[in-house]
Amino acid sequence: MELLIVQTLNALYYASILFLIACGLTLVYGVMRIVNMAHGNFYAVGAYVAAWTIGLAAAAKFPTAILFFLLLSGAGVVALLGVVLEPTLLRPLYKRAEEYQLLITFGLLLILEDLMRLIWGPHPLTASELPDAFGSFRLLGAVYPGYNLFVIAVGAVAAVVLWAFIYRTRFGVILRATSQDMRMAAALGIDVKRVYVLAFAIGSFMAGLGGAVVMPISGAVLGMGVDALILAFVVVVIGGLGSLEGALVGSLIVGAVRTLGITYFAEIELAVLYLIAAIVLFIRPTGLFGRA
Amino acid sequence: MTLLAVQRLTKAFGDNVAVDGVSLAIEPGGVVGLIGSNGAGKTTLVNLISGLFRADSGSVTFDGRDITHLSVNERIRAGIARSFQLVNLFDQMSVLDNVALTVFSRERKTGDMLRPAEGDTAVRDEALAVLRQFGMHAKADTLASELAQGERKLLDVAVACALRPRLLFLDEPTSGVSTREKAPIMDIVTAIVRSGAITAVIIEHDMDVVFRYSDRIVAMHQGRILADGTPAAIRANDEVAMTLLGEHVHQ
Amino acid sequence: MNAIAAPAPLASTGLRLWGSAAAVLVLAVLPWLLDPFQTLQVSYGLIFGIAALAFNLLLGYTGLLSFGHAAFFGTGAYAAALLLKYLGVQSMELYLLGGVAASLVIGVVMGAVCVRYTKIFFAILALALSQVLWSLALKFFWVSGGTDGLRVPTPMLLGGLLAPVADKTAFLAFQYYYYVLVVFVVAVAAMWLIVRSPFGKALQAIRDNEVRAEFVGVRVRRYRFIAFVASAGFTGLAGTLWVPLNGLTTPDILYWPFSGKIVFMAVLGGFKTFLGPIVGAFVYNYLETFAVGYTIYWQLLLGVILVVLVLAIPDGLVGTAIKLVRRSRKAA
Repeated sequence: MELLIVQTLNALYYASILFLIACGLTLVYGVMRIVNMAHGNFYAVGAYVAAWTIGLAAAAKFPTAILFFLLLSGAGVVALLGVVLEPTLLRPLYKRAEEYQLLITFGLLLILEDLMRLIWGPHPLTASELPDAFGSFRLLGAVYPGYNLFVIAVGAVAAVVLWAFIYRTRFGVILRATSQDMRMAAALGIDVKRVYVLAFAIGSFMAGLGGAVVMPISGAVLGMGVDALILAFVVVVIGGLGSLEGALVGSLIVGAVRTLGITYFAEIELAVLYLIAAIVLFIRPTGLFGRA
Repeated sequence: MTLLAVQRLTKAFGDNVAVDGVSLAIEPGGVVGLIGSNGAGKTTLVNLISGLFRADSGSVTFDGRDITHLSVNERIRAGIARSFQLVNLFDQMSVLDNVALTVFSRERKTGDMLRPAEGDTAVRDEALAVLRQFGMHAKADTLASELAQGERKLLDVAVACALRPRLLFLDEPTSGVSTREKAPIMDIVTAIVRSGAITAVIIEHDMDVVFRYSDRIVAMHQGRILADGTPAAIRANDEVAMTLLGEHVHQ
Repeated sequence: MNAIAAPAPLASTGLRLWGSAAAVLVLAVLPWLLDPFQTLQVSYGLIFGIAALAFNLLLGYTGLLSFGHAAFFGTGAYAAALLLKYLGVQSMELYLLGGVAASLVIGVVMGAVCVRYTKIFFAILALALSQVLWSLALKFFWVSGGTDGLRVPTPMLLGGLLAPVADKTAFLAFQYYYYVLVVFVVAVAAMWLIVRSPFGKALQAIRDNEVRAEFVGVRVRRYRFIAFVASAGFTGLAGTLWVPLNGLTTPDILYWPFSGKIVFMAVLGGFKTFLGPIVGAFVYNYLETFAVGYTIYWQLLLGVILVVLVLAIPDGLVGTAIKLVRRSRKAA
């Protein structure tokens, strides 16, 4: 029984992080038809920035609550990065064939990868104060790290907030209108440029947040972004590119397979995931919730 | 034998029934004009017959053969071809290549991976002959994207004709073309159609063009066939005038 | 891609034939003019030239951008390594046979899934599927050597006619170099034929307008699939040629950023031309070698180059050069 609880929580933990990465990827695509190859590196930058600010704050003996709050610094900086990069790197390419954005964002990936090395060096950074602060909890006979529960909570809250934002706010309506028909939206007076920047910023924020919250457990490591993108792509392929529900369901599926995989079929975990993706694509060519 | 028989063909997009139980028979030979206001279902009907869309119900029989469930490819091979309202060309290929590729495809030579395409003089000569018919052989080496709009329209039709189809659908072949250029295009098209024993169905909004070049006119309105007869009969048909004029008045 | 262009050729057939012959001649005498290290660089250029050209069969000619070509390159390399490990094979010809066959199989498997899609989704799917192979190479370490990889020492060329000599570097810089050059010429000639054939024209039609292609009777999905598999096979060929030169194959060449490198090469040289990818491969190889020797932050340098390339000179080196020549001819 304990094993089941632990496995389920682990699956939710992975799903939470995957959701934070994938929802940004899918949101940006849904609104702007852009796939950012450097999205994984946004996740990584979030991890590094958070590790760095928390490291400074911890050294200055700031209280733990502040340290937790500083996780948002990772997300915030990445959002700013997005705000700067969208008009400079992506906007010039909207008129061109969509494959060019993959090329330029791949270049961005290379740049960010080395910038992280340049700024923070080749060794992993972490912030062990945070998991330590939470300790472990007893849940129906199982012992589970409190920090992981925190991560699950962050993912859940992010999903709810994002959903509310998109379906319950005025800007959300504008966002959805623009994603469905950009020209019509522009014709109705919507400032599409502003919508795009904001959508990209939100997507980047989520990725940065994902990196920030995972960092105390897995560390901020060079190459984590390139690695993460593979799974993010699995999630959106299964869930459907452009769909938030798809990102959620896809994350849960991948998180579950990941958890089972680690225990039972570690070598072929990715192969199993892709088998699932291939089957999904066969039944629903645009992914579970994707649009044509 | 009836070349094309359409029976109770229906296609709906959500709540919008674009084609509503249309039945139509087309005999070989001649030019049929297909008219109707915007949204009448003309292009959708052509899309259904040519295979771009799958019908919700009904059947399409071509030359005695039920083609309702055949793919676009199979319908092309059976002898149906079409041009497009919004010009559809191979823009980064030359005018000659646009037609040559069509001939290669018709002759089932596109599987050849090892011989140079330029070396096939039979195909090249035929492509040039087609271009000559359309008055475009001087532009053979021009990129399709660099042609003027009227020429692009002509090329679109030329590509369809290069398939040597039995039944050719032309979707607004003179739209977007200056009045000056319309007659030459239609003269070329009807000459080729008549000399090649091709049956043509032409969707058109320009009533002058339709009445001058069609042997028979089919008028559609809101997904159904409103009237079907000779140009004289259609001209005298008040209902047709109403639906077409009505549109114009509202515009 | 709406901007891909394959305009009328710049040079006449005669000029191109003589130019190619001259180029091959120059390549043939290089080992006598350069030191071994430089000759090896040229070898790598030739090998990546094949890979980039194969990749461009899909991008420049069929309009499909694949971020998954590492799968084929890596398959070609690992096929050779595994043939050595499990069957003791040392013949380069058998390596090539095995490598190409294996990559064709992977191409068929991946193509069956990917080719139903286009544009971005195709690119992502190709990337994603290619990583299955990477994960297998990484995790089945008792087969693949894991991160340590598998060694492939110098092979026997032409069944021992050109046997490895004691001086490995000399062997690689001479015998093996000529072997690579011959395979390069054959591969490039084959791809040239494919591209100029009616099949090649059909691919370009698919690239330009898949609806119209369908409506002139071209079986779009089938042809895309064939192009995909052909591209896979030639890329695998390059991978197999690569591994004796590198001496070692590791999961790095199956990791998706390596696919990005191949894309970079084609774009750098100019994916809208036939020669562009070959030139791009050579230049990229030199760039990377220079950058790696110059700074630890060589990815940053290359990333900036790619960004500038996409923003300012999307036609690449050869593409832009051709444009300039055309413009000067028009002005003349």
